[in-house]
Parts: sequence; C-alpha cells; structure tokens
Amino acid sequence: MSQTPRTTALDATHRALGATMTDFAGWDMPLRYGSERDEHQAVRTRAGLFDLSHMGEITVLGPDATRFLAYALVGNIATIGPGRARYTMICQEDGGILDDLIVYRRGPVESPEFMVVANAGNAQVVLDALTGRAASFDVEVRDDRDAYALIAVQGPASPAILASVTDADLDGLKYYAGLPGTVAGVEALIARTGYTGEDGFELFVAPGDAVALWEALTAAGAGAGLVPCGLSCRDTLRLEAGMPLYGHELTTALTPFDAGLGRVVKFEKEGDFVGRAALEKAAADAAEQPPRTLVGLVAEGRRVPRAGYPVVVDGQVIGEVTSGAPSPTLGKPVAMAYVDAAHAAPGTPGVGVDIRGSHEPYEVVALPFYKRQK
Amino acid sequence: MSNPQQLRYSKEHEWLSAAEDGVSTIGITEYAAGALGDVVYAQLPEVGDTVTAGETCGELESTKSVSDLYSPVSGEVTEINEDVVNDPSLVNTAPFEGGWLFKVRVSEEPDDLLSADAYTEFSGN
Repeated sequence: MSQTPRTTALDATHRALGATMTDFAGWDMPLRYGSERDEHQAVRTRAGLFDLSHMGEITVLGPDATRFLAYALVGNIATIGPGRARYTMICQEDGGILDDLIVYRRGPVESPEFMVVANAGNAQVVLDALTGRAASFDVEVRDDRDAYALIAVQGPASPAILASVTDADLDGLKYYAGLPGTVAGVEALIARTGYTGEDGFELFVAPGDAVALWEALTAAGAGAGLVPCGLSCRDTLRLEAGMPLYGHELTTALTPFDAGLGRVVKFEKEGDFVGRAALEKAAADAAEQPPRTLVGLVAEGRRVPRAGYPVVVDGQVIGEVTSGAPSPTLGKPVAMAYVDAAHAAPGTPGVGVDIRGSHEPYEVVALPFYKRQK
Repeated sequence: MSNPQQLRYSKEHEWLSAAEDGVSTIGITEYAAGALGDVVYAQLPEVGDTVTAGETCGELESTKSVSDLYSPVSGEVTEINEDVVNDPSLVNTAPFEGGWLFKVRVSEEPDDLLSADAYTEFSGN
C-alpha cells in the first residue's frame, strides 16, 4: 500500500477545517476535526456532517438488471420497490462474505436501474465479481466510483437542517428509501440511510458540487449545532448501534449465518444465486450446531478491548474481539466479539477479555449497545 | 501550538519540568495528545515505582489506539496525577498544565533531552 492515497472532492475543505487525516482503504479521509467524542455526541444529540466519498458506487442497468442482481447477491432484489433501498450482501460460491452492500433502485421497475454501494476497501472486488457474474445477462455493470461524492447528514436535527435547503418531500422519505431532488441548488440522490444509529440522510452528488453542498449544509446546520465529523466517531457510532463493519465482523471466512445476519439470505427468491448451495448448508449447520455468536461486551473497568484480543473464560480462549472502543454514550469501553455459543447468553458469568496479558472482566450483553428513541 | 520554553522534551514526546528539590514533573506534549485523540484511560506508574529513562512505565488509551507511556528520566515516582486518572481528557485539554502525569525524584537524566526549540523542530509542531 505504498500508493499515494486518493483524495475526495472535499479535501481542501477538510484541511481548511484543520482535520486530522488518515489513510482509509487507500483514501486520505478526515479522522476527526476536533474531539471525536464531541463529534460523536453531536450526532447523537444534534447533527453531524460526514464526507463519505470513499464509498464505492456501481451502477447496474439493462433489461436483465433485476434478475442479474438477484443472481449475483444474496438478497431478493425483485422486491425492492422504486425509490427504495435494501441492505444485502455479495457472497463467494463457498458462502463467504465478499462485502455488505446497500442497493438502491432508481427509476421504474420496467426499466431497471440500480446503484450498488460497496465499502471503499471492497469496491474493486465487488466490481470485479459483478462484472464476472454478468456474462450471461443483458446488463451493464458500470464503475461509477468517480461519478459521485457522498455527503451524509446524521442526527436528530438532520431532517430539519436538510428541509431548510430542499423542497424534496423528506416527510414522505422513509428509512431505506431514496429519491432524486435538489439540495441547495445541487442535484442529488437523497437517501434516508446511514451508519450511525440515528435518523439521517446520505446525499450522492456530482464531485464538482460537493463543496457547494457541504458549505450550504454547514451554514444551514450552524444554528442547530451541526459539526463536521470524521471516521473516528463514525466507527464508535456504528459500534454502539451494533452495526457490523467489513474486515471486522464480516470477512470472506464467515457466511452471513456465522455473522448472525442469515436473514439477508433469501432462499425463497426465484432462480439460483451465487453461494446458494453453500449457504443452505451454512443455514442448516447454524440451526443445528450454532457456530460462534456475535455478542456485545461491556467493560467493568476502563481498559479498552481492541480487534483481535482474545475473549476468555477461566483462562480458556472462547472467542475474539472484532471491534472495540470506549463508548461515549455508555461511558465505558464496549466491544463486539465472536464467542462460543455456550458463553453467548447475556449475563454469562466469568467472561473476560485478555487485554495485553491481563484478563479484564466484561459483561455479555445483547446488541445493540444503543438504540435511538423514536 | 507552542512548547513551553522552560520545559525539556524527549523524542517520545514527553516533557519534563526543571527539578525542584530533585523532583521533576512529567507529561506528554500537546503534539502527542493531538496525535492520540481523546484520551480515555491513563495507566500511570505507582508511587514508589522505579522508572527508567526510555522504558515504558504505563499506557494511554485513546478512542482509536493504545500507546505506551515512556519515562524521559530514571528515578523514583513520588506522585501521580489523580485528576488525570479520574478525568483523562485533561491530557488533551491541558497537556502542559493540569494534564501532567507523574513526578519523579530524578536519579539519572539521559543527555539527549531536547530544548523547546529543538523539540518543535523535531516534531514539526
């Protein structure tokens, strides 16, 4: 990874704001602008503004687009209504997770067009897999990574902030829906999606419009306490909300059933799909003999568990931490971990995390750590 | 940011006050605190511990990472900052003042401690 990291259309804006930058999946991205805990709390209580332009957009269109995506992905793409979105996954033939995705249906059912949004680090893998799987379909798979900047406004004040700069019908825009609209004079796909556990929006715009949109949202949110937010707080926000992150909770070594997300695999859909046979077996195995289970851990002390630390009971390793951080909302360190099913029940006694040689006590809890009041 | 002139600095980004009655106060620099991000936990040496210049004597946890804490001098720990134990964010908000970490009765100083100007040049800040 010695290549120069890519920069987003908002790079100069981040630097002018004094952001601490970090290399993330080959992109130079804002880690934080000031205190990451203040940014976290702003999203939980007011609003935060994120540059997510590193996410990988892939457009799929053509007569067979619906049937093709139903074959290439594990979800039931045919049932995504116009202007709606779906959380799904793309798996290998052996059932291993290649990436988790959000698929937006754009345009009417009779002329299908979808935007597939992949994680930055997997965008090329997903593009290659989709292209490879498209051979026998009348479909175009288009790399649109450079066609979009992505700006998110997240937090309880975000509907009011966005409403002040758009005429789009936000009240009619449900969670996991997206509609084209004009925001502060900029053409955007306005999606009610996010990765923070709060209400919020993701705005896909042309890179040339990104600075104008960012500045308009900054101005519109100033009175409501909106602040720019970096990837550091995005990670603690998604962790508190119990949302998996590829490379941590999700890997090619795990099937969706291993990750406790078997619900995204739709065996009932029409036709074959990549990974079906392996996933049917994984589903049966998971029902019969549960594999390791993804659980939440809350610290009794103050030392922070990190990805890769062993989870222990009586000195025996019974699992591994996949993500860990001090939770600003709980005021304690929290972690997600895969643990043996026998130790996965909330309240299981004697569970600890091996933090650099010392076994610190942890409480097993159900995920998520945080759920917003609706 | 500016690194106080009256302090000396290590290349591990600790600062050291001039000794009073043989005791120096130690903390981490504003540059180091900024690089760590919000400090959430400070594991400090204990009073009476012997620390050795350039060796680890504790750790500082921030949101994204854990970092070893080095002592810039050798000696015996005479006091630790309980305020930082209770509120580690002091390391971020007042690294050169209320966010000091521990005090040492100095027995030996390495000869490569930096002046404020030399440290500023070394750290680029």
